[in-house]
Order: sequence, then C-alpha cells, then structure tokens
Amino acid sequence: MTLATHTAKEQTIKLGALGVRLLTGGSGKPLFLIHRDIGNPGWLPFHDALAAAGAVYLPDQPGFGKSDRPDWARDVRDLASLNLWLLQELGAQQADVVGLGFGGWIAAEMATMAHARIRKLILVSPAGIQPKQGEIVDQFLMSSRNYVKSMFADEKTYNQLYGSEPSLDQMEAWEIAREMTTRIAWKPYMFNRRLPMLLGGFKNPALIIWGKQDKIIPPVCGEQYKAALPNARLETLDHCGHCAEVDKPKETAALITKFLAA
Amino acid sequence: MFQMYFTEQPMSAYPVAEGNRLGYTSTIFPNQYFDPQAAARLYQERLTEYLYADDLGFDGIMLNEHHNAPFCMQAKINIFASVLAGATKKTKLVLLGNPLPVSDNPVRLAEEIGMIDLISQGRLVSGFVRGAGQEQLATNTNPAFNRERFEEAHDLIIKTWTQPGPFRWEGDHYQLRLVNPWVRTLQQPHPRIWIPGVISTETIVWSAEHRYPYIALNPTMDDANRIWSIYDKAAERVGYKSGPEQRGYLIRCHVQDTDEKAIENARQFMWMQGEFIGLGAFEWQNPSGYSSPSGRRQRLAGPKRAYPGYEEQLAGFLIIAGSPKTVIQKLRKLLEGTRASILALWGNDGMINHKDSMNCIKLLAQEVCPAVQQIGDELGLKSPFELNTPVSLAATPKEQLRPVPVM
Repeated sequence: MTLATHTAKEQTIKLGALGVRLLTGGSGKPLFLIHRDIGNPGWLPFHDALAAAGAVYLPDQPGFGKSDRPDWARDVRDLASLNLWLLQELGAQQADVVGLGFGGWIAAEMATMAHARIRKLILVSPAGIQPKQGEIVDQFLMSSRNYVKSMFADEKTYNQLYGSEPSLDQMEAWEIAREMTTRIAWKPYMFNRRLPMLLGGFKNPALIIWGKQDKIIPPVCGEQYKAALPNARLETLDHCGHCAEVDKPKETAALITKFLAA
Repeated sequence: MFQMYFTEQPMSAYPVAEGNRLGYTSTIFPNQYFDPQAAARLYQERLTEYLYADDLGFDGIMLNEHHNAPFCMQAKINIFASVLAGATKKTKLVLLGNPLPVSDNPVRLAEEIGMIDLISQGRLVSGFVRGAGQEQLATNTNPAFNRERFEEAHDLIIKTWTQPGPFRWEGDHYQLRLVNPWVRTLQQPHPRIWIPGVISTETIVWSAEHRYPYIALNPTMDDANRIWSIYDKAAERVGYKSGPEQRGYLIRCHVQDTDEKAIENARQFMWMQGEFIGLGAFEWQNPSGYSSPSGRRQRLAGPKRAYPGYEEQLAGFLIIAGSPKTVIQKLRKLLEGTRASILALWGNDGMINHKDSMNCIKLLAQEVCPAVQQIGDELGLKSPFELNTPVSLAATPKEQLRPVPVM
C-alpha cells in the first residue's frame, strides 16, 4: 500500500526453524496485530495511532509476506498456535490482540486456546464463524484484484491505495498470501464450526467492530460473535466496508484505544 | 505404433449464445443449460461410435474426465470405461486419466480400475492425471496439495495392486487403516500406466522417473521435442534409455472423403471459443497453489494464453484435417517431427454430427491407421506393446538399469 510509513522496526524472530518477520512500533503494553488474508500491508497511519496506546507487534503471519511458510500447517488453529508461540518468544506473558478479517479468525482461535494470555480481544470483521444468513465471499473464484476491490465501501479507495494497475510485486504478494490461505482455509471455507462453542471459555473483554457495508463477510456474523463471546461488545461503523482500518482508520483506532484504556 | 481414437465427448447441445453473453463457458456456467434429453441422445451416439471404432480395429479408445463444463461430458472416466469394458471386444481402453488428487480414497479407485481391467479381460491402460484447475474447484479439492496428493495417491494405488493385503496406510493426505480390496488386476504386476500432460516439467520428469510413457496433449512439434529432451534426461538419470516407446502425442485430426468437407467440419475443434476447455477465469484454470511457486511471477506477469486461429493451427499441424490421403501425408510429417509411437487421434468435436463422426472413424480405421502403422514401422516407432517394455521402473529388472548423472 502506498500509505505505508517507516516508523516501525523490522526484525526476524525464530519459532524453531521457522523465521517470522516482525514489525514493531510504540511502547507500553504489548498490542499484537494480526493482518488480513491479503497479507501485511506494512506500517500504516492506523498502526501509528495504535502505537500511541502500546507496543504494537505486527508480524507477517507464517506463510505470508517475508515469513517462512510452515508446509505442515493444515488449519487456522496451527497459525493461532504459532502466534501464541511468537508471543512467548517476545516475552509477552499477556497481550492485547487485534485481528483483522481472516486475522480476526486467527485471533479468536488464540483466545480459545489460551484464555488468560489474552487480556483484551479486538476483532475487526473477523472470519471464523459460519454466517446464519448469507455466505462469506469465495475469493478463490475471483482474482485477487477483484477480491481486494470488494474489501472497501467505495471502490475508489482501491485505486487510491494500489492505482488502477497493481504492481507485479503487489500481485505476487497477494498470490503468496492466497496460497497460504488456500493451504489452511480451503475447506470449510473461512470458518470453523467448533469455534462458537469454544469461544464460550474466553471471559475477558472483547470488542467486535464491523463495517455496515461489508461485502466480504455478512455483518450478521458480528451478532454471532457477540453471542458466542461471554463478555463482548459490538460496534458497527457506517460507510465502512470489510476493511474498517482503511475505510475508517481514525474511528477504528479510537474505538480500539478507548476499549484498551477502559 | 499404437493408435487410439479420442473425443472429448462434447455436450454440443449447450446454448453457445448464453456462454458468449456471460463471458464464460466453464466452472460456473450454470447447469440449468444442461439438456438431459440431448445428453441421453449424445451418450448413445458416442457409445455407438466407440463400438464402431472397436469393430473396425482401432488399437485403443482413449477416455478422459472433466467437470462443470460443456466441452466434456465425462464426469467420471471409470463409468464410461466400465461400459466399454463390457461392450467392446478387442480394443484397449486407455484412461487418460483418472484425476488422482480429487479422490479422497485411492483404494476405491484401485478397486474400480481393477474391476475394469478384469471385465475387459486385461485390455486396460490406466493413466493418471493431476486434474485441471477447474476440477479442483468442481470437487472442492485443495489445489495447494494437488501434486502431493497425486504422488501419494499413486503410491498407494501401486502398493494396493502389488503388495499383499491387508496393510495399513498412514500418509500425509490419505489414511486407510485397512487396505485389502478383494479385487486384483488381471494384468500383472498391474496395467500399463501412461501420463498425459500439457508441458509441466515436474510431471514430465516424474513420468520419466517412473518409466511411464508421457502423452503430450497437442503441443507444437517444437514443444513436443522440448518435452522429450526433459524426459530423456530424467530417464537416463534413473538408468534407462527412452525412445519413441515412451512418447505419445494427441493430435486433433478429422477426416472426411474430401478435404473441403473435413476442413469445414474441423472448424468445430474451435467450438469452445477457440479454447480447449471453454472460456473461464485465469483463477479457475490456475487456482492458487496449483502450480509450482517457481513460475508464480511469470504466470502473474504473462498475458492470458491465447490460442492461434483455426487457419494458423492447420498450418502449424496443431489440427490436421482432410481426405485420408491429405491426412496421411500430414501425419507422416507429424511423426517424423515428434517420433512418438503412441498416437491419439482426436477425431471429432463440437457439433460435428453423428453421421460425419462415424464416417471419420471409418476413414481413420480403414485408410489412415494402416498407412500410419506402415509409416511408424518405417520410422522405427515401436509402441510399448510392440516392444513389450516393462510397465514401470519398479518392474524393470535392476540389472538392466544403468543410472547416469545427467544435468
């Protein structure tokens, strides 16, 4: 994305033999970010806004971007487990976790695995739950370009970020991201039928944010997440698509920082 | 030479205008346009044609399988193979092939194929394929594990055919705790295995390493020779010298009494908007993870593959059409240029009617194939059957193998 800034520090953390690229910025309580299925866009003003509230950790998820691919991974829960391992390597006994879209699913799985290690959970239009009405858009039937275009309330946002023709580097990054998504989320596509039941064990505060104009995941999933999590609040944003952090960066960051400070 | 008749079994009764309007004729082209009455008639016509090809003495009938598209009516190759196993008398049934990755139970495949071999009295050639991109979508098979599943399913099928059961298979993609099917193949150690392909290097090398003939699916002659070059080097590395007996070539080849009529009819090879499989999105043909990561950037940068026009394909020997005399002359050039001993003659396609299809089969069998056999003898193109080659590298006596390091 053209909006990426360079205030972050970059390093590689080893999980066994697996190298994970990590961007960090800010200081204070650990705030762990999990990017979407289209990969890590780099450090955005949205991340700067969060870094004002804590030490932001933004890894390229295993198999995405510049992180190594765990060839053995078969399931989103494998990535959730690797993220908990990463937190341990970072010395974070407890962290706040923000998951965006597909990354929200990973974050939710982490919460079911390690209740106490996640102080507060923030899910922005997360995948992971089968919608009661409607269906999650099948990205594998469309080009990456059209999938990304559908992520915003207004298609013009896409042009602002990527131009009318994305670069070959960008297309390759999307393709690598999609290959990893294929490996772990092909079937069932973008949800885990056991997740709603398992979420009942996570009793710490959770914030769910959903754009009312989300064209990727039916907003009804926000209600379903709220019902599954014992201590959750749902905030919806108008004129906002699947990528709230892009369509409404200030509002989304404000909701998150306020929730973390409460 | 080994000569076999092939058709994609086109679902020619589909509304072409709807496909053109939508801009796609595969994968998500709505099946409301599938006409069951027409389909039942078309199946009968194809069956009649295959029986005629058997009567007239074709060495083989080649079958294949595709899903979710009008260009091919065979949704399960083993079903038509079963019908032909019982209904034909002499011809070999060449399955090119069973798409292994889309099966969740290779042992069931081993049983089905074994039954076909038994019912046909050992007339089966059991080819295997990875399945095109669309087949992964149509069967909801994870494309990222396509090659891994292909290789593991193959290994399991071969073990099922060659090792005594019961045994246990605990693999990465397949787990079957009790493998002991009460079916064994008539041909021992197992039916011949041929591998068709477009040009994927990994598949060519894999085929050579297993000593399975590679059937090149209608590439240019130059590309065919590039394929053989890759194949021959891999064969030398594992210890045998490969020649025409390891090479097959599929050619679209339509014959009628006159050049004019054949050339007019053969235009139907372009019936799916000039594409083999119809119009579709790049992502359907190349789902993420389906192809090797090394070619990723090139695939993304390259323009969508566009096939040349009909006249250009005729001129380039990608399609051959004419009277028997014309076709024989062109096939000679093709065989001189490719030196393949297995020739798949894709005779009919699209809306070529049943009567003309029957005439094409008759002219191929009675006039073209005998002449091609002579040409093959003259050029030294002996098929695996004529040379009685081992069915695989594993079935080749160790003392005959001389591995050579070849780059």
